[in-house]
Amino acid sequence: MTEPRTIEALNAAYGDLAFSEYRGQTRVVVPSASIHDVLATLKQQLGFDYLVDVTCVDYLQYRDAKDRFGLVYLLARVETNERITVRTFVNDPEPTVPSVVDLWAGANWLEREVWDLFGIRFEGHPDLRRIVLPEAFEAHPLRKDYPLQGRGERHNFPVLTRGEG
Amino acid sequence: MPLTRDPTAGNLAHDEPQPYLWTMNIGPQHPATHTTLRLVLKLDGERVIDAMPDIGYLHSGFEKLGETHDYNQYVTVTDRMNYVSPVANNVAWHHAVEKLMGIEVPPRCQYIRVIVAELARICDHLVCNGAVGLDTGAFTFFMYVFNPREFVLDILEAMCGARFTNSYTRVGGLTNDITPEAIELIRTFLKKMPKVLRDSENLLNRNRIFVDRTKGVGVLTREEAINRSASGPIARASGVERDIRIDEPYLAYKDFDFNVCVATAGDCYSRYLVRMAEIRESLKIVEQAIENLPPGPVNVGIGERARLPEPQAVYSTIEGLISHFELVMTNRGLKVPCEESYAATEAPNGELGFYLVGDGTNRAYRARCRPPSFIHFSLFPHLIRGHMLSDVVAVLGSLNIIAAELDR
Repeated sequence: MTEPRTIEALNAAYGDLAFSEYRGQTRVVVPSASIHDVLATLKQQLGFDYLVDVTCVDYLQYRDAKDRFGLVYLLARVETNERITVRTFVNDPEPTVPSVVDLWAGANWLEREVWDLFGIRFEGHPDLRRIVLPEAFEAHPLRKDYPLQGRGERHNFPVLTRGEG
Repeated sequence: MPLTRDPTAGNLAHDEPQPYLWTMNIGPQHPATHTTLRLVLKLDGERVIDAMPDIGYLHSGFEKLGETHDYNQYVTVTDRMNYVSPVANNVAWHHAVEKLMGIEVPPRCQYIRVIVAELARICDHLVCNGAVGLDTGAFTFFMYVFNPREFVLDILEAMCGARFTNSYTRVGGLTNDITPEAIELIRTFLKKMPKVLRDSENLLNRNRIFVDRTKGVGVLTREEAINRSASGPIARASGVERDIRIDEPYLAYKDFDFNVCVATAGDCYSRYLVRMAEIRESLKIVEQAIENLPPGPVNVGIGERARLPEPQAVYSTIEGLISHFELVMTNRGLKVPCEESYAATEAPNGELGFYLVGDGTNRAYRARCRPPSFIHFSLFPHLIRGHMLSDVVAVLGSLNIIAAELDR
């Protein structure tokens, strides 16, 4: 649940943002240019001190979708258990958003995972490397244009024999 | 795979030349890591200067699979995430699906889900604490806590036929109702368990070796716990009073009387204590749930078109036949709105949530899992800095890292 106070404060600071409600969850869509400012306001002024998750959705095959990638920040406030979902959209080529590691240290690995699997660059991230896939991997497999069975990475894996490695 | 790193990246002691530092590799195949994860430690003598976790050895694309399996099939994949308490993942997954679809499961189903989730929590905490004990030299304790775990697996076997990968839940219900034999087994378990807990706590709580190896080791302050998104027993051991079962009651948790277990020290020892205390609270919940189990169906009604109807209803009523037909035909299936929602549960390890995007078909467009192990493992370098090499296993054990959930 998000308190009306939070919605009012955000609207007062950033003009009328697109709020929506679904099954008791309040979502707000923020332009990608001001995402860091909005998240900083939420953390520093409105007390959302807990970053639950950072994730991404590739809307390539989604009906009526206008933008390619939707980033999702799930925030919570430990004291009051208030929650809010902040979304922003980024597009090809070079989808980039500012990193929020400076606000929440917990965003570090979460952003690395989004970079690894979706190829969204996080500007200002201290250590933006791949996390679950090997460094040599070239694609971003959770994108919708990446086939489920891969592009042969698994089958064309270079086999090292003893002594070579 | 080379572990290259941006040299501007700060506190890794990469930039200043320190030729006396040792680099030590642990894993990915090492008995003390318990699962397939790799650590590269920078050592100064026996003191850990820094740790670089390297994960991904068990990455199997679970989230990609979630986009190709339907909402009922994917439950078998969630079993393989946190394989120490698989049934808690089942509950979390279908809780998220039902929230997206707006289905309210019947009270009996809610109670049974609470019972299995709490049994899974007991099981998970026992294994985690047993592993900490094992790593710090208390092998007997490990054996003491694995015995009741066997009993929990027996109960789950009586309930759903599988001991380990249960796949017990379905959208809008369960695979089958709880049997009287399972209820009897749970009652016996509730009678036996307090003595087991007393015995095991007597082994470790005041054990000089164990206390010395865990007290003051891997301290996580309250501010850091919140800032680094810790959840579950790890956050509660640092004084964060956050328990989704109480804060945002889901299923039937608001019906039960139980406490949130919190410690303030934030070290490995208090994480052990919080887990032990939570086992007692879980026993309380299971006892209340089993004695007040409401009668009635375990699945939602035929009208909801979420759960396959009973064979009797399919053969004898037209509604049942239509409902069955609608669910099993390839171009039909569950009606899921084109919406997105996040639903979290308090899994044994912490907040386990699923961010689901529905696109009207019976498959999720995106099935994001918020894995507690992943977030807790990112705490590891922070916790281990400045400690001894032998503390690595104590901290690693007390974080309860399950690599399958870590990498998915």
